[in-house]
Amino acid sequence: MHELPQQLANGLALGALYGLIAIGYTMVYGIVQLINFAHGEIFMIGGFGALTAYTALPTGTSLLIAIPVMIVGGALASVAVATAAERFAYRPLRSAPRLAPLITAIGLSIALQQLVWQFYPDAKKAVSFPEFKGEAFKITDSLSIQRADLFVLILAPLCMLALGIFVQKSRSGRAMQATAQDPDTAKLMGINTDRIIVMAFAIGAAFAAVAAVAYGLDKGQINFEMGFILGLKAFTAAVLGGIGNIYGAMVGGVVLGLAEALSIAYIEDIPGMSQLGGGAWSNVWAFVLLIVVLLVRPQGLLGERVADRA
Amino acid sequence: MTALLEVKDLKVAYGKIEAVKGISFEVNEGEIVCLVGTNGAGKTTTLRTLSGLLKPVGGTVTFDGKPLAQVPAHKIVSLGLAHSPEGRHIFPRLTIAENLQLGAFLRTDKEGIEKDVERAYEMFPILGERRKQAAGTLSGGEQQMLAMGRALMSRPKLLMLDEPSMGLSPLMMQKIMATIAELKATGTTILLVEQNAQAALSLADQAHVMEIGKIVLSGSGQELLHNEDVRKAYLGED
Ligand SMILES: Nc1ncnc2c1ncn2[C@@H]1O[C@H](COP(=O)(O)OP(=O)(O)O)[C@@H](O)[C@H]1O
Ligand SMILES: [Mg+2]
Repeated sequence: MHELPQQLANGLALGALYGLIAIGYTMVYGIVQLINFAHGEIFMIGGFGALTAYTALPTGTSLLIAIPVMIVGGALASVAVATAAERFAYRPLRSAPRLAPLITAIGLSIALQQLVWQFYPDAKKAVSFPEFKGEAFKITDSLSIQRADLFVLILAPLCMLALGIFVQKSRSGRAMQATAQDPDTAKLMGINTDRIIVMAFAIGAAFAAVAAVAYGLDKGQINFEMGFILGLKAFTAAVLGGIGNIYGAMVGGVVLGLAEALSIAYIEDIPGMSQLGGGAWSNVWAFVLLIVVLLVRPQGLLGERVADRA
Repeated sequence: MTALLEVKDLKVAYGKIEAVKGISFEVNEGEIVCLVGTNGAGKTTTLRTLSGLLKPVGGTVTFDGKPLAQVPAHKIVSLGLAHSPEGRHIFPRLTIAENLQLGAFLRTDKEGIEKDVERAYEMFPILGERRKQAAGTLSGGEQQMLAMGRALMSRPKLLMLDEPSMGLSPLMMQKIMATIAELKATGTTILLVEQNAQAALSLADQAHVMEIGKIVLSGSGQELLHNEDVRKAYLGED
């Protein structure tokens, strides 16, 4: 029998990771109605950027000093790639039929994977990443939290809080809301909507880099393909929570993470479903959850009412 | 004295279809100039081009002595040209106060902005009562007031109003028209597009009738108000 508190903690950490990545899908979609399918690769690039920054540090640097450096390095790399993609791949297609940027995103995603595979030293297979070793924090006899999980459990709410304050209170945040609701009218107010779009890509990329560092610290390795399935899960989280809604992205991530953790632990205990439990089926249950939620609430859990978007 | 706005042989196309086919007109400081014409005549296209949302395929626009051709849309308002678009286009999920603040997005004089927000509430008390409410919850007429108030927040040299009375009840329409008359009395220069030709023409210093992309008739508001063809076509008389 698995202990419920432990499963919830695992699910929460996984969900926070999904949520951090999902922010990137949801912000870009909310502003330009583009599903940036290359965002999983932006996450992956963030991981390699962080690793590069770590490698540049003197050997034996304590992880507590190295982690901020890795986050900055990862974010520099992911933001640079994401904003370049916006500028040179997506912006020229802004008035093209929707299929064009979508296909471009898929092409970009493959290209980024191949570039890392080809040119990053030893990246043809998984490369090792500094692991957050050390004792797990024991909270009760049946509940302990790994250090890497604690990292994401602390950072994800902080990032969300910062983003919430930025969007609600700052001048640029207000401009971002206006651009999402009515881009042409935002221009009439004097808002440079191109700059706002770049900002949305950049914020999403920076959050993805934080997620990549969390992922690397947890697994102790990263690879050029890691953005595919995590990107897909995070996209699912964004849709689950209501795409376009930043809080929805985090809620969707957490719901998805919990559902996966619980399905891994408990589905096989249900009589007659012993074949359908465990890690192998967790992805299936994640998508089943998505389908069920969308059948009941097509706009997602916290989704914006479609009617407002005139 | 040269005109505040000078439009010369303006041509605008959607793809291959020319919607505005070479129109010329002027707006002098302190005037209300009115564009009337049936649906699809090209009035909205003209205003959206002046605001930089559409790029002309020909002709020139000079505003306050500067050519507008290469100015991107988000820089137009800082020149003193404000646009209250057709269909109002308030930001539905922002509050009324936030909508008004956005009208002053490029201004930096905090106190002046506060004063102007208060002035908008005086002009439209209902907006003041509901300042914390999401703008999407307002009625059509209230949204129109908000759109006008928002456009005024940039303290424009020229205010462009695209069909401010569209879809409103007769009472609300009167209220909006009275506000326009008030703005005129305080010296605001206005380029007004209206279907409600009777009310619009009686306010206008100059007016132009547009038909399928062209100006077919021009004159003072009073002249057009008493013109046979205009009365037949736009004032529902036969
Ligand atoms: N986005 C658009 N794409 C293509 N054609 C358009 C578009 N908007 C308007 N038009 C066409 O341009 C012409 C002028 O429209 P518009 O400027 O909206 O007229 P008005 O404001 O006088 O009713 C119409 O024939 C209309 O069908
Ligand atoms: Mg129109």
